[in-house]
Amino acid sequence: MYAAISAARAGAGQVLLLDKSLVGRGGATIMAQMTVAAALAEESDDDWRWHLADTLEAGRGLCDETLAAVLCEEAPIRIREMGEWQVGWARRDGGRIAQVTAPGHSRPRCCYVDFLNTGPAVAATLRRQVSRIDAIRRLSNLTVTDLVVNDGAVVGAVALDTASGEPVTIQAPATIIATGGLTRIYRRNSASANMGGDGYALALMAGAPLVDMEFVQFFPIGHLAPRLVGMDPIMWDPFRYKLGGRLLDGAGREFLTRYGSDETDAYTTPRDIASYAITKEVAAGRGSPHGGVYLSFEHIPAGELRAAFGPVIERLAKNGIDLAREPVEVSPIAHYHMGGIVVDERMASPVPGLYAAGEAVGGANGANRLSGNAIPEALVFGERAGRFAATANRQASWRASAAAEAVGRIRELAEGRAGDVAAAALLDQLRALMWDDVGPLRHAVGLERALARLREMQAALGHVAIAPGRVANASLADWFELRASLIAAETVAEGAFLRRESRGAHQREDFPDADPAQAASWRTAPNVSGAVAGLMAGSS
Amino acid sequence: MKTARLNVRRGAEGDAPRYDEFAVPFEEGATVLDALAWVRTHRDPSLAVRYSCINANVCKECTIAVDGKVVYACTTRLVADRAMKLDPLPAKRQLRDLVTETRPPRERLT
Repeated sequence: MYAAISAARAGAGQVLLLDKSLVGRGGATIMAQMTVAAALAEESDDDWRWHLADTLEAGRGLCDETLAAVLCEEAPIRIREMGEWQVGWARRDGGRIAQVTAPGHSRPRCCYVDFLNTGPAVAATLRRQVSRIDAIRRLSNLTVTDLVVNDGAVVGAVALDTASGEPVTIQAPATIIATGGLTRIYRRNSASANMGGDGYALALMAGAPLVDMEFVQFFPIGHLAPRLVGMDPIMWDPFRYKLGGRLLDGAGREFLTRYGSDETDAYTTPRDIASYAITKEVAAGRGSPHGGVYLSFEHIPAGELRAAFGPVIERLAKNGIDLAREPVEVSPIAHYHMGGIVVDERMASPVPGLYAAGEAVGGANGANRLSGNAIPEALVFGERAGRFAATANRQASWRASAAAEAVGRIRELAEGRAGDVAAAALLDQLRALMWDDVGPLRHAVGLERALARLREMQAALGHVAIAPGRVANASLADWFELRASLIAAETVAEGAFLRRESRGAHQREDFPDADPAQAASWRTAPNVSGAVAGLMAGSS
Repeated sequence: MKTARLNVRRGAEGDAPRYDEFAVPFEEGATVLDALAWVRTHRDPSLAVRYSCINANVCKECTIAVDGKVVYACTTRLVADRAMKLDPLPAKRQLRDLVTETRPPRERLT
């Protein structure tokens, strides 16, 4: 949404804002709970260079420093602008924006809209701004299936209108991929329905390389049990660092100290280390009944719990959870993807006419994202992508024949066809496969098994059954999601197989240590058919 | 294992009203949306359901009628002791099964 706002602001006369879901209701931003990192220096001395230092430290040597610097330097501008747009940042009594110290930050830097409302408030603010700009046309329920390439440049897109089942062609001098990442391809995830890796598949099929694809951030304390309804599974984090919730193994013992993290004074364990520790405990048979560990607030007085959780206490009670009396079970959960489309500081990919913004961009966060960097990234990269895309020179003109194959595929599949397997079932298998074999703890044996199975599933795409009837055809939409998710999944599995070390969010049981010789990013090279052709070492 | 039963309105706009019954494994705490996802994976992939955030109570896309009452499928708990009747939103144009036209008019192409 910010890219559309920015493109219009930079003079683009016509901006099309397409969403697979309803505009501004899907994606990742709306799911965010807190926090938003920006060196505003409202609580203490701060400087964007210190934010950058923390970001690079968290990225374990792999951050694209140009992108990371852009992110940290411009985050305060965007965050203050959101304040002027009435997002409702929580403020101290004196009117200063409240900032807390989230894990991995050297000082209080993370602002929020209180009580798990940051993402919905940011999304609502952007929807409001978008709706005020006449140049932006919003279109919901359009699934972009292919980018159209002519003379080596992206000149538009082909989309499936999921409501009507009809193909739609879009001519555009510049296209920005702002689809978010791929966390939906994991069984345990905190993703919305449309985070199946579409943007990566589109970029790769159009000839744009990807970077750091093996780095999937597993949020360490995703909610596991008891079943929690109507709340995002990543909700525990802010309460853990407000109150010091304790992580305990299945027998009720502390375990983080054994992984080199001392939480006696404060909750400071970085996400990659916490996820690794929990996964190892579970693998060693010391987990909780549902395959996670316990998060306990039982040592906190009830009054303090109520003050900190506010209205959330009632929502938890509706789910039968009383934190004063019992712990909950938590587990790592796919939450964010560090890798993505290779871009320069203008957010331009190497393919003319193709830009990226937000989580779809690769490189800024290296091997592990610092908490609070995702929403600034959506805003900062969105602003740049929109501005540079709007002012770039058109590289090539539209050619209908370049879109013909993609249009024909939609028409053909929309007729329905017999088949021996359902895309919905394959998507379910894909999520299990990625979790089991390409998850928080990886091994060559599992990765080879996953790569072989992914290729079988790609072959199965040719005989997936599609129900007849174009209007709101769920199995037709599933086919395109499966195609994209398989491409994205393969890039993750290949990167994970090739990185023979452990670094940040990528942990190999067979190569448990970081190898300084591998402190560089892998790039996934595209080929004409869109499958992964190979990887080339790129500079970080 | 206990099962839950769903009677789901099927068909596209203009089709004669028809209900399909699905038996779904019941798990404590599971939601109607969980059950619909299970049906799509294990019984009938053609079942059309609209949803986005899945569980976070932020997108409001999975609004349907359960036993005649308009609710979010993602926050409505499954029950095991009787069949639940699932219909598309009564005040919206039905597209297929439980999917209705909920796009704001200006966000539609067709």
